[in-house]
Amino acid sequence: MADPLLDVRHLRVEFPTRRGTLVALDDVSFEIAPGEILGVVGESGAGKSLTGAAIIGLLDPPGRIAAGEIRFDGRRIDALPYEEMRKVRGRSIGAIFQDPLTSLDPLYTIGQQLVETIRTHLPVNAAEARRRAVRLLQETGIPAAEERLEQYPHQFSGGMRQRVVIALALAGEPRLIVADEPTTALDVSIQAQIISLLKRLCKEHGAAVMLVTHDMGVIAETCDRVAVMYAGRIVEIGPVGSVIHAPAHPYTTGLMGSIPAMDEDRARLLQIDGAMPRLTAIPSGCAFNPRCPQAFDRCRVERPDLLPAGATRAACWLHAEPLRAAA
Amino acid sequence: MSAVVAEIEPPLVEVEGLAKTFDVSAPWLNRVVDRRPRQFVHAVDDVSFTIQRGTTLALVGESGCGKSTVARLLVGLYTPTRGRVVFGGVDATAAARPTSMRRRMQMIFQDPYASLNPRWKVREIVAEPLREHGFGEGGEASATDREKALVDRVGALLASVGLAAADAEKFPHQFSGGQRQRISIARALATEPDFLVCDEPTSALDVSVQAQVLNIMKDLQGKQGLTYLFISHNLAVVRHVSDQVGVMYLGRIVEIAAKATLFAAPRHPYTRMLLDAIPDIHMSGRARTPVQGEVPNPLNPPSGCTFHPRCPHGNDRCRVERPALLAFGSARVACHAVEEGRI
Repeated sequence: MADPLLDVRHLRVEFPTRRGTLVALDDVSFEIAPGEILGVVGESGAGKSLTGAAIIGLLDPPGRIAAGEIRFDGRRIDALPYEEMRKVRGRSIGAIFQDPLTSLDPLYTIGQQLVETIRTHLPVNAAEARRRAVRLLQETGIPAAEERLEQYPHQFSGGMRQRVVIALALAGEPRLIVADEPTTALDVSIQAQIISLLKRLCKEHGAAVMLVTHDMGVIAETCDRVAVMYAGRIVEIGPVGSVIHAPAHPYTTGLMGSIPAMDEDRARLLQIDGAMPRLTAIPSGCAFNPRCPQAFDRCRVERPDLLPAGATRAACWLHAEPLRAAA
Repeated sequence: MSAVVAEIEPPLVEVEGLAKTFDVSAPWLNRVVDRRPRQFVHAVDDVSFTIQRGTTLALVGESGCGKSTVARLLVGLYTPTRGRVVFGGVDATAAARPTSMRRRMQMIFQDPYASLNPRWKVREIVAEPLREHGFGEGGEASATDREKALVDRVGALLASVGLAAADAEKFPHQFSGGQRQRISIARALATEPDFLVCDEPTSALDVSVQAQVLNIMKDLQGKQGLTYLFISHNLAVVRHVSDQVGVMYLGRIVEIAAKATLFAAPRHPYTRMLLDAIPDIHMSGRARTPVQGEVPNPLNPPSGCTFHPRCPHGNDRCRVERPALLAFGSARVACHAVEEGRI
């Protein structure tokens, strides 16, 4: 693989509280190649949005990066001063959030917001910025882009707003886009439009994408590789086809089996009993062991790292060398 | 559901020409000053269906299509503008719905964080409908015995949804989303209803928790012969739970058919579009046509067939004439193109 565009190594995010320090992300490592789409999937509280927030430098205090490093194009960005990080954000790394209404300023027209973003990051004059703004809106499939520039966010529907947010994210011509649940607030028919738009535009602009979502269907449609998160750690990472068709971690297997499928009939869905542990009470050993149907003694005491497991890598002792030799 | 059963047993729920109109006009003074007319939203318009005992009818559609309004009309939270609901052979839209009917019909809401009183213990939440409907009253038992029977009943209800009897002494905030939804189900089951109206019961839940709740609902249906009206926007979930599926668009049912028929051979262009919009999780390379446009504003719906601006098969007739829901084989479809054999 060529040099990674984004390289996250042993990232640890902590929240100091009065009752002790909560470790929300622990030893998270992954990389994204230029132009690649990496999906990050997991249930509520798995830490997937937090990973995105740490990368774009928007962790809510008192959350902080306690260990590890984030490199963008070889340069460390996890400890940059605020003003430096502001230049990276938008110019090198664009961001798309879940709710398109809160990502747009209701008091400014779409045109003002686009032009401001373009001129903040690129050395162009006002007329050129406006031309670019129109082109971006046209690219995102907004009809009558010229007139729409003069309108305010409330005059757009939900799907159209998310198109504007995508245009804003692309305005600084970033090489990486962090998209946090970009389609969750939208209806299914609009969701399909936005996903194909995001995929097409990022390809045309040569931007890599980190797509955070809880929807395995969106991942299957969009991504090259996927990272599955559970209780603040990556439990499995690998090519999308392998993770979906031949999951190596019992949690991924359970997650896939619990999704009702359109092309097969099952009387019951596969069920993972229990719920994800709270951050205050993460079990020792593998965090998934109390819910895991295949857990054995080692899982309860020793925490597994990501181990090679077929085409993917999984943090599970089932894939440890001695056991596989014995099997 | 077999055809033989359908002939000998009348349906448990019959809905005929149900309609609900909301007045969303500006206040009187604004209307007079700005010379604005009154405004109405036809949230539900001419909806008819039947549900056989022990089966599930699912209603699907996008935001604002009126599916939740249908749910609320059925349980009596709204009064219909037109049409009627017949439940077990009795008109349920009559002004005075008998209490016994309320006991037999219960509702599960979407948001388990909003539908449980945070100041009440689970025991009180689940016992409320029992007290309301006079559980154990009228007998010879003393008040303490009655209270003991009530506690036992609550414990049994919690056990039936996979919670411990000891959970009765906890407050809702001590439970996760999935467990709270189980409490909602236990509360709904307290009065031994025949019919449960479930309004997006798993939309707020994570997939693994959704699987737990859907499994419980299916098990309960098998054990107690419950009848469900299941409202959802998720076609994969609907396919998993339902026997019959109705697809709604802007307040009307555009297609209603048995599950197997609808998913194998969708007729209405909107149903096809919805099916095409589902992300393909198994990456089978199924060909998909991109979805066109967005749902129009319900305040100002298009003329004729309300789907015509987004429909690839729309013609002049679709723009002016509203299609009726007609039978085609085992399905009922409201579409001129299907009627004329164009698709």
